[in-house]
Formats: sequence, C-alpha cells, structure tokens
Amino acid sequence: MRTTPKWLFPVLALLPVLALYGCIRVYPIIETLRLSLFQWNIISRRKPFVGFANFVELASDPLFLEAIFNTTIIAFSVVAITIPVALALAALINNRQGLRRSGVYEASVFLPHVVSLVPAAMAWKWIFDARLGPLNALIGFFGIPAQSWLFDPVLSLVCLIVLCSWQAIGYAVLIFLVGLKNVPDALYEAARLDGASSLQAFRYIAVPLLKPVMLYVSVITLISSYNIYAQAFVLASDVQGAPGHLVRVLVLDMLENSFRNYRVGYAAAEAVVLLVIVLILTGAQFRLFRDRSRA
Amino acid sequence: MSEHEHPSVVGQNRIVGLVIDAVLCVVSLMMLLPLVFLISNAFKTPPELLVWPPTVIPHQPTLDNIVSVLRETPLFRWIGNSLIFATLSTASIVSTSAIAGYVLGKFDLPGIPVIFGVIIATAVVPFEVYMIPLYLNVQSAGLLNTWPGLLVGYLVMSFGIFLIRQYVMTSIPDELLEAARVDGAGEGWIFLRIVLPLMRGPLGALAVLAFFQAWTAFAWPLVVMTNKDTYTLEVGLALFQTGFTVDIGRLSAAAALALVPSALFFSLMRRNFVRGVAASGLKE
Repeated sequence: MRTTPKWLFPVLALLPVLALYGCIRVYPIIETLRLSLFQWNIISRRKPFVGFANFVELASDPLFLEAIFNTTIIAFSVVAITIPVALALAALINNRQGLRRSGVYEASVFLPHVVSLVPAAMAWKWIFDARLGPLNALIGFFGIPAQSWLFDPVLSLVCLIVLCSWQAIGYAVLIFLVGLKNVPDALYEAARLDGASSLQAFRYIAVPLLKPVMLYVSVITLISSYNIYAQAFVLASDVQGAPGHLVRVLVLDMLENSFRNYRVGYAAAEAVVLLVIVLILTGAQFRLFRDRSRA
Repeated sequence: MSEHEHPSVVGQNRIVGLVIDAVLCVVSLMMLLPLVFLISNAFKTPPELLVWPPTVIPHQPTLDNIVSVLRETPLFRWIGNSLIFATLSTASIVSTSAIAGYVLGKFDLPGIPVIFGVIIATAVVPFEVYMIPLYLNVQSAGLLNTWPGLLVGYLVMSFGIFLIRQYVMTSIPDELLEAARVDGAGEGWIFLRIVLPLMRGPLGALAVLAFFQAWTAFAWPLVVMTNKDTYTLEVGLALFQTGFTVDIGRLSAAAALALVPSALFFSLMRRNFVRGVAASGLKE
C-alpha cells in the first residue's frame, strides 16, 4: 500500500485532463495565432507565410470594419443600458426582500437570461416585424409612422441592442443582489442614525461598495456582447436564409470568411483581433481592480 | 426601521413600498411580455395573429400550429439531441473539474502552478477565437456530424476547475485527508469516498452552468452538425425560421415548445448561476 509513490495519483489524475486541454484548447489557440500569419485558401495546397499581411488587409476591409464598428456599438450600448437598469432593479428588489413577491420579481427579471437565444430572438423578431409586429402598431397609435425595424441598418442595430440588453439584465440583477446582501447591516444602521434617507444610504454606501461587482459585470457583459452571433443570425436573416447582411457582427464576418469564402488564414486574423479586444478588456478590469484595492 | 415609534413614517414607507411594488410589477411584466406573446401566438389562428392589440389569451385557441410543426420538423429529435449533448458535456465538465480542481488545490508538485496558470489563461480566450482550427481538426478526423465531434468543443471548462480548486482549498481541511492516509486509505478511495461527497454543492452549481452552456450553444453545433437529423435544438430552430416558413403561428409554436421546459428549469435553478461567482470571483 505504502509503496506507491506520492506523485503517482496526482499525475495519473491530471494526465487525461491535461491531454484534453492540450488537444482542444491550447493547440487550437496556438493554431489560430499561427494561421493568422498565413494566406490559406482551404481548397489549395499552397499555404504561404504572409506575415502580418492579413492584418493589414483587415485594416482596410470595409466588411470587417463594419463588423467591428457594429459589434463595438452593440457591446457598449448593452453595457450602458444593462448596468444602470440592473442596479436600479436590484436596489428595488432588495428593498422588498423578505416578501414573497420579491422572489417572483427576481424570477421574472432573470427568466429572459435563461431562455435559449434562438427562441428569444424569434419572439423579438415578431415584435419588430414591420407588417405584423406589435411595435409598429404601438407607435402607430402615437402617430409615428411604421418603421422597417429589421431592414434599416441603424434600427436593426437598435433591435439587437434591445434584445441583448433584455437578456443581460437578469444576470446583472442577480449578481448585484448578491452584492447588496453582502453590504453589512451595520453600515446602513450607522447611516440611518446619522439621518440619511434610504436613497442616500444606497447612493453613498451600497454603490461604492458595489463598484468591483459593477466592474466585473460590465466586463463580462462587454465580452459576451463582443461574441454575439446567434441573435444577429436570427434577427437579421430573411426568409431566404441570407443571414446578417444588415447587422454584420465580428463572429459572423469571421465565420463567413472561413466557411463561405474559404479564407482560413484571414478568418484566423479576425479571431486574433477578437482575442486582442477581449484581452484588453480583461486587462483593464484587473488594472482597475488593483487600483481600487491599493487606494 | 423605526416603524414602531413613528406612525407617520409607517404611512410613508407603505406608500413608498407600494410605488416600488408597482414599478417592479410593470418591469417584470415587460420582461415577460415577449415570451408570453410567443407562447400565446403559438395557439393562435392566422386571422387572430393580425389582431391589434395582440391578444394574450387566444379567443379560439388552436393546436394546428403545434401539430404542423411537429409534422414538418423533427423537433423532438432536436430536443433529444440537445439533451444528450448537454448531458454528456455536463458529465465531462463535472468530472474533469472535480478531479483537476482537487489535484490542483491539494497536491504540491512542481509544475502545478504552471498548469493552473495555463488552464486559467485559456479561460480568457473566447471559444469563437479557436473555433476554426478546432473545426478543421474535427473535420480531418472525420468527426463532422458525430457526437464526439460535437462534444469536442464542450468537454472541459476552465471556470469549473477554478471553482472546484477554490472550494477544495478553502473548505476541505488537509487534516481530514491526512487522517484518511494514516488509516491506510488509497488516494483514489479518498477522492471518491471523502472529497467527492463534500464537493456536491459546488459541483451541482457547476452542473447547471455546464448544462446551460451546452443547451444554448449555437455557433459550434451550427458548423459541426449539418444534417437535419443531427441538429441541436437551437440550430434546428434557427434554420427552421430562416429557411422553411414565414408563418408566425408555426414559428412561435416551434419556439414555444423549445423554450418553456428549459426556461422553467433554469429559472428555478437561478441560484446556481451566481453561486460560483459569489464563491470565487468577487472577493478578490
């Protein structure tokens, strides 16, 4: 029994997991970085090294620039809507804590987050529908002319932002609620003794304490919005199944270059750009975290 | 609050409370309305779909949409595919996270910090970034349209390993493991009989997250599973709504059938969505 060396179990236990990581994470990531430096049309045998030529070409590719512009607008708009709305909702729900109905509020706000992307996008597609959708009927009621929501380049961006925010809010509310519950009661107690209203207590006690949580949720929301695809695929595709010529997002452009145009190296370069964006966002989060804890 | 001393404050609080309840009721309704309409549209006849304002409860509810969707599409098959995919992915993620989290948290071998660092570093990289090389590998291995090919993308989750390691380090005392070793227990026995039962809580939370992730996966199943019979639910629905029909009633029927069970399940499990974050990420 005692003769088996101490390292045997951990090594045997880790090996399969490490092998998996090597094959399905580390290798493909390195392969993406490598391919981005090659010009590789998947059908041809030749695969010349082109250095940073793919990136240079991306910098003046109107479709890619459109994709990165759209994706950035969507990501930052979703955060700008989600964080304040979710914070307010969390504060209100927290205020009703202990009542039975607070659980109902929480569940209703959270539900859109766990609805699978495609059925949710289909629900909104009907709402935005130019001919049959209730949104046009509603604005018509106020005398605003019907809009072709999903066929106008600007409005379809708005639609995507609405859909993504609707889904992101529930998660943010849930996390904020955890944060609010972690605020020590003693602090509220002290504020009350000093004559602060509950609104003031929220503004000057809870919000500053929630800052790291808000930062965390913002970065998570930004990163996941940079990766959106299914929502654009459903909302901005027509009956003929020509997806996304209206709202071109980064992942869509990348998949199109790879699977429709067979330009794998070029698509890999786009993936690298996406990676750099995500790394910058993550780095910014860590930096802000550290600054905060040093202060 | 000081409700007991000051009746005036009680009145004020009650009004404020009512206002808050009113706001929350309206917001909750607005959040749910798109889904409510989706479900009610599934039961509407074509003329009623055009009625303004849209009815919440159909006047003449019909099952035609659902029947015709089930006749035209292998919807139950897609649901079955998604269930199998999500279950296998969850099983793999839970077991790899349990064992790797335990070893990385409790064993002191050279190289372990590096291994942990690599695992965490890959967590930062979105799946979409390395999807194409992974696809090319799956393709050259001849695994397109197969379960292994689909699963390849969803076998491990760095966050899971991180979560379990964190839990093992803070909540499982070394003394417990040492005592078992002194009693002559083998390492495998200790893991299976002592550590694993103690990890039930975080593993349950992880399982819900993993299941959710696979259930809502889109881009990967879209490119890997390309036969109508091998689609997952999300992909099947998305292609159904682009390619096959413009009929809102039938589209809603398909979406509603897909959505109701999973949405109910996950909203009941909502605590699990924050447990991991609350346990690990936020306390620095």
